[in-house]
Amino acid sequence: MNVSVDIRQVVKRYGTVTALHGVSMAIGENEFFTLLGPSGCGKTTLLRCIAGFEDVSGGEIRLHGQNIAALEPNHRPVNTVFQQYALFPHMTVRDNVAFGLKMKGMGLAERNARAGKMLEMVHLSAFADRLPAQLSGGQQQRVALARALAPEPKVLLLDEPLSALDLKLRQAMRVELKQLQETTGITFIFVTHDQEEALTMSDRIAVMSQGHVQQIGTARDIYEAPVNRFVADFIGETNLLPVTVESVAQGVAAVTLPGGHRITCAAAGMAPGPHHVSIRPERLSIVPTGGDLDVVVERVVYLGSDLQLLTRLDSGAALHLRMQNSARGQVPAPGTRIGLQLEEGAARLLAD
Amino acid sequence: MDLRRYPGFRAMTLLCLVILYTPLIVITVYSFNASTSITTWGGFSWRWYADVFTGPEAPRFRAAAWNSLTIALIAATTATLIATAAAVAMVRGGRFRGKSATFTLINLPLMVPEIVIAVATLIFFSMIGLTTGYLTILIAHITFCIPFAYLPIAARLQGIEATYEQAARDLYATRAQAFRLILLPLMMPGVISGYLLAFIISLDDFIITNFVKGAGMETLPTAIFGSVKQGIKPNIMAISTMMLAVSVLLVTLSYFVNRAGQKTRA
Ligand SMILES: Nc1ncnc2c1ncn2[C@@H]1O[C@H](COP(=O)(O)OP(=O)(O)OP(=O)(O)O)[C@@H](O)[C@H]1O
Ligand SMILES: [Mg+2]
Repeated sequence: MNVSVDIRQVVKRYGTVTALHGVSMAIGENEFFTLLGPSGCGKTTLLRCIAGFEDVSGGEIRLHGQNIAALEPNHRPVNTVFQQYALFPHMTVRDNVAFGLKMKGMGLAERNARAGKMLEMVHLSAFADRLPAQLSGGQQQRVALARALAPEPKVLLLDEPLSALDLKLRQAMRVELKQLQETTGITFIFVTHDQEEALTMSDRIAVMSQGHVQQIGTARDIYEAPVNRFVADFIGETNLLPVTVESVAQGVAAVTLPGGHRITCAAAGMAPGPHHVSIRPERLSIVPTGGDLDVVVERVVYLGSDLQLLTRLDSGAALHLRMQNSARGQVPAPGTRIGLQLEEGAARLLAD
Repeated sequence: MDLRRYPGFRAMTLLCLVILYTPLIVITVYSFNASTSITTWGGFSWRWYADVFTGPEAPRFRAAAWNSLTIALIAATTATLIATAAAVAMVRGGRFRGKSATFTLINLPLMVPEIVIAVATLIFFSMIGLTTGYLTILIAHITFCIPFAYLPIAARLQGIEATYEQAARDLYATRAQAFRLILLPLMMPGVISGYLLAFIISLDDFIITNFVKGAGMETLPTAIFGSVKQGIKPNIMAISTMMLAVSVLLVTLSYFVNRAGQKTRA
């Protein structure tokens, strides 16, 4: 991977509040990279540090090897799509799109031609002479994209660009954004707190919480191999079960599940003792005998194509699982005791 | 809740309007009075308007009007420039030491009784040995015009999100370009409002001007006051009506500028 943006130990403090505690990540060229995390975790702050609207309190932000952390925003080849778009209300759509080119010193004819091309790309050629206030939210969003892409930045920053749109438009824009990123070949750094958005669009995702990076990986990595309880819990649905690690040898841990059954899990440098495993609900199946876990069914929730079973272990811990709603399958009644089998590799031992 | 449902609201409003506007209406109507008397109606006539421009007091009024106009122009322009800079610093400057003190300082002239400012300014000028005259009026006017220009400008600026300038900076504009091409056009309605307000305030001022004007210098309000001391003639009503017309014109202009400004907001 050729690194485009290399963020090294970036710290950002606002007075006594620390918004970023030494965040590091290397973002590749042409990558669709997403910052995902709950509200207040520092996503916007990190983006603003990259754009240059905030001074970092420590650390480096390198763009193709050059530390840009001290540069003014207008000296960074990085453009931003703002959450509320921030289109200049007194300028036409065309002038908005051409603004960056004008500031870079491009002549009038050339920049208008280029703005025209950008507007064509986002299907807004017919709206070039309108003012931003005369456009719908989705159209404004696309103007903001065209404006930020027109000067051909090395990196495009997008702060929850889809959050102001309704569901239908949001889904259409996801596809459009992804296509734009692929055709332009520009590195996208995309901020969202919507995990579905992150999972469907991103090449890689950085999961953040309280100013720390929790995990960086592909959608598959963070869903199937969460490194800690926060990531396991934040991404998708999961069961977190307390377990005991008996021994660790050659990256494999012998783990005792609640109820006494023993399984083995992949263990990356973990000491024996109490830990948690994460088990996705769709990776548990009901078996007549010899299951890994014994549970009592409490409720069956009908979800259309799926059924959700809410069960409880003898230890009192809750466990939910999903099964396909097929006509042949036997649905256990509430109150019955059933055995559950873990799929191979379904239990992820977490580092906490 | 509907304010109009309060008992007596209508009557109270009406009373206020009558007290406020009856004198203005009377003056306007009687400025067209053909009679020399200020209390009995003698038919419609433009004679007092003609008197203002050609009568015995005409040279005095003309000189005073010229002073008023030039002082108002210079004072409003200077005050608006200063107020704009101050508003940008106060609204966009983040937190800095002495910010609330600065705010108080800018707006103090609104709260201190005018007569106090008048006396203090006069004493100050004589202490530093400045002879009263055109210049001292100008300095005093610039000073008290600043808060009037500042308020609409700062109010407008507060409504403009900082992301516009950030977007401009992000798109390779320097600080100066972001100000000139983005922030200034967006705050322009506020600037114009502030300018017009400062202009009217300067044109209209009497107390402070009267203290610092020195002998022989007159502005329109002091000239009118001087005339009235010799007894009220209908020509004063004509001149007052003309000033009223200018004020109404400027206020209306300011209103429309503001309304046009609302439309350019996204
Ligand atoms: N200007 C500021 N002054 C003080 N604290 C700030 C400032 N900006 C952000 N913070 C704090 O920094 C932390 C991170 O904020 P940030 O805006 O980056 O969160 P976020 O991840 O973008 O959240 P959201 O999803 O709600 O937009 C928060 O605790 C916030 O209160
Ligand atoms: Mg945010």
